[in-house]
Amino acid sequence: MNVISNKWIGQRTIRPDGADKVTGRAAYSADTTMPGLIWGKVLRSPHAHARIRSIDTSKAEALPGVKAVVTAKDIVDFPLDKPVMLGIQDMRWMCRNVMAREKALFHGHPVAAVAATSERIAQEACRLIEVDYEVLPHVIEIEDALKPDAPILHDFIKFDGKPSNIAGKLEHKLGDVDAGFAEADVIVERSFTTRPVHQGYIEPHSCLVSVSGDGKATIWSSSQGQFMVRAMTSLLTGIPQSDIRAFPAEIGGGFGGKTIIYLEPLAVVLSKKSGRPVKMTMTREEVFRASGPTSGSMSTVKIGATKDGRIVAAKGVFYLQAGALPGSPIRGAAGCAFAPYNIPNVHSLGFDVVSNRSKVAAYRAPGAPIGAYAAECVMDELAEALKMDPLELRLRNAAKEGTKAAHGPVFPRIGYEETIRAAMEHPHYSAPLGPNQGRGVASGFWFNAGGESSAQVNITEDGNVVVTTGHPDIGGSRASIANITAELLGIDYRKVSVLIGDTATIGYSNLTGGSRVLFASAMVVTQSTEKVIKTLCERAAKIWKIDPEAVEWEDGEARPAGDNAGKFPALSLAELAARATETGGPIGAGVQANTTGAEGGFATHICDVEVDRELGIVRVLRYTSFQDVGRAVHPSYVEGQMQGGAAQGIGWALSEEYLYDKQGRVDNASFLDYRMPVCSDLPMLDTVMIEVPNPKHPQGVRGVGEVPLVPPLAAVANAVYAALGHRFDSLPMSPPKVLAALEPAEA
Amino acid sequence: MAKLHVSTTINGEPVEFLTEPGESMLDVLRGPLGLTGSKEGCGSGDCGACTITLDDRLVCSCLMLAAEAEGHEIRTIESMAEGETLHPLQQKFLEMAALQCGICTPGVLMAAKSLLERNPDPTETEVRFWLAGNLCRCTGYDKIVRAVLETAADMREAAR
Repeated sequence: MNVISNKWIGQRTIRPDGADKVTGRAAYSADTTMPGLIWGKVLRSPHAHARIRSIDTSKAEALPGVKAVVTAKDIVDFPLDKPVMLGIQDMRWMCRNVMAREKALFHGHPVAAVAATSERIAQEACRLIEVDYEVLPHVIEIEDALKPDAPILHDFIKFDGKPSNIAGKLEHKLGDVDAGFAEADVIVERSFTTRPVHQGYIEPHSCLVSVSGDGKATIWSSSQGQFMVRAMTSLLTGIPQSDIRAFPAEIGGGFGGKTIIYLEPLAVVLSKKSGRPVKMTMTREEVFRASGPTSGSMSTVKIGATKDGRIVAAKGVFYLQAGALPGSPIRGAAGCAFAPYNIPNVHSLGFDVVSNRSKVAAYRAPGAPIGAYAAECVMDELAEALKMDPLELRLRNAAKEGTKAAHGPVFPRIGYEETIRAAMEHPHYSAPLGPNQGRGVASGFWFNAGGESSAQVNITEDGNVVVTTGHPDIGGSRASIANITAELLGIDYRKVSVLIGDTATIGYSNLTGGSRVLFASAMVVTQSTEKVIKTLCERAAKIWKIDPEAVEWEDGEARPAGDNAGKFPALSLAELAARATETGGPIGAGVQANTTGAEGGFATHICDVEVDRELGIVRVLRYTSFQDVGRAVHPSYVEGQMQGGAAQGIGWALSEEYLYDKQGRVDNASFLDYRMPVCSDLPMLDTVMIEVPNPKHPQGVRGVGEVPLVPPLAAVANAVYAALGHRFDSLPMSPPKVLAALEPAEA
Repeated sequence: MAKLHVSTTINGEPVEFLTEPGESMLDVLRGPLGLTGSKEGCGSGDCGACTITLDDRLVCSCLMLAAEAEGHEIRTIESMAEGETLHPLQQKFLEMAALQCGICTPGVLMAAKSLLERNPDPTETEVRFWLAGNLCRCTGYDKIVRAVLETAADMREAAR
């Protein structure tokens, strides 16, 4: 049942964590301190690819102030022949990512760590560690990693029976793609590349860990899941989960990049060895070299349509960089690329390619922007070939309720068509353009997700409400939960406190990621609140000595209903809370569940650009996002997700990329040289929220966080094409590349 | 290495501390002085999360040596609200949801306050260029810029 009352759901309330964040009081992970703490630092490989023959830590250990040293032998090994999965992560790769074992696989790969009484001493000790490397040939780019004579990163990875850098393959098939293309009047086939881009959270990875004398570990760190921190740390250190307590610090941005850990197990071992609390914080350079990013890619997409604009077949081949260890988001690229369309014949293939770069981590709709970039640029060209408006082409082929998607599901009620229609009717789409300006459109899809969530709703003795959930709040989820709880209880949202529990105080809750948090936590909070309301009605019935079924909850109070209506004065939440002891004890309820029914999210974006022909700079002049958001529980934070995703996509399209030198080292590991959009690079980012409620959710929630990053790459690229008449097949469309494309024409 | 003794004024209070010659103002603020509202996002002056004022001039405290505070006046995010009363910018940021994760927010607020002290009626372009030294990865800047412009309008109205 969808809640249709609108007292608090849909209101732009003040977020519960807001005041602390505007005054500097909010505690992020690096803000935590402890008496007696010492500092941990990581020694990282100076080589892109090298066998580690030996490590001698004796000089470092002898340095005054050094309290502990850790190397790979202190981290639990997961043998290569046996996969151990934790969610989508394979512990064989995680154990080798937090600390190099047989080989250093990328420049910046951790090889040892030191804890000392100051950061300076820890750094000095790292320099005293002697590592005997046998430097090996390295490979950075996908095309080089696929060559027959490419250096092979892992002997145990075989593809077609031979050692290979292709670590995995995923295939979606629907219908008969060859027969489909045979029906087509127009076929467009193009190849594209994208560069790896970093999630770019402003807060570097950091943790504070204290292991007590009896081996119990306490971790304060910012992550996208305190339960993930606990589980991975447990697996990598051998400490049982019941002896690890992980506190979720406020998180300074994650975008997927904090769904895995880097420092926590090292700090646990260092704290255990030294008997002191250990703090570790990455520098920005370490963040760029050794955490994230998302994959670079190489892809080919072919789409065929009849002359009346009916798409009859689509084929996509997507090669994604995994970094040094397997696990790129090929599912997102191959699965989402064609999902917005009702296409009878689809063949979509993804390949996971390892090379000597840092292991990729999730980044907002992992893989999907890569797939959509290729597919939506081809759609643009197809529309041009058909002499058809690009939105009209999308509308004619839009997936709708009942459409079978190549990645498996048959869509229930979805709002994709609505996003196209809203874009077509919006003044932006028909606004005039000047010289060197162009307009592009693109659409995108993300799966969204459910999964495990826990919640506890307690009524305080004075009649207020405390809600505890298990998900780090990355974009305003506490505000949305406050709105929902207030709505259900019929009370002012300011009476509701929303907290995020640590691993010892709330039940298991899966990651903040995949656009699942509000979907899943609203479900368990709703069920918990409904239980609380039932209890409150029972307590009122007890006081009135009537049947509980004869009590109803309305506007924050229990009222006698049916035959008893009006016979007793209503009892407020505060009155029932005050009498809780005499009526049966404390009032509260918790629900833990594996939530299901998350349904896909769709968006369509319009982008206007102007190209500066002298400087090669592409400026975004106007940007409007149209998205089926299900139900905007807190509209401001839904808009915030749409705007933030658009901005990241504009950066991906125009300026962000990793640059490597000949030795395989990242050459631009700073915010100055890795060019994320700054305030003066962007226009206002307009948003149009379309609410097609998810029928499988009590409030109609669909995830909203991921899909905003899916269309922008192609929307910007299509706009640049419209402005210049030149189609770039590689990102970013940075000034040197734009100038190089312009020069032959203008020379 | 001998430590230097520094006498300075922080958020209106006289403060003394000892510092190593190479230590940054940010490290002293966040460490011995316990003022963790200023954040470290890069340590190289590129992100602006550590923005403070030194004698009313905006500086990245990660690029300033702590010893340079001697005899000067420093203000941090911790001084922006007066007791329980939030600065109009802080209030507007809450009302207009101009923050998501909040890690850049202290620096953005310090920079925006400094702008409005110099220019009570900035254009959108002026706001965008003034804040170009403060990276935000969550919001796309839209709600931040709108909140600064609205606060400026409110403050002009209140001053009339």
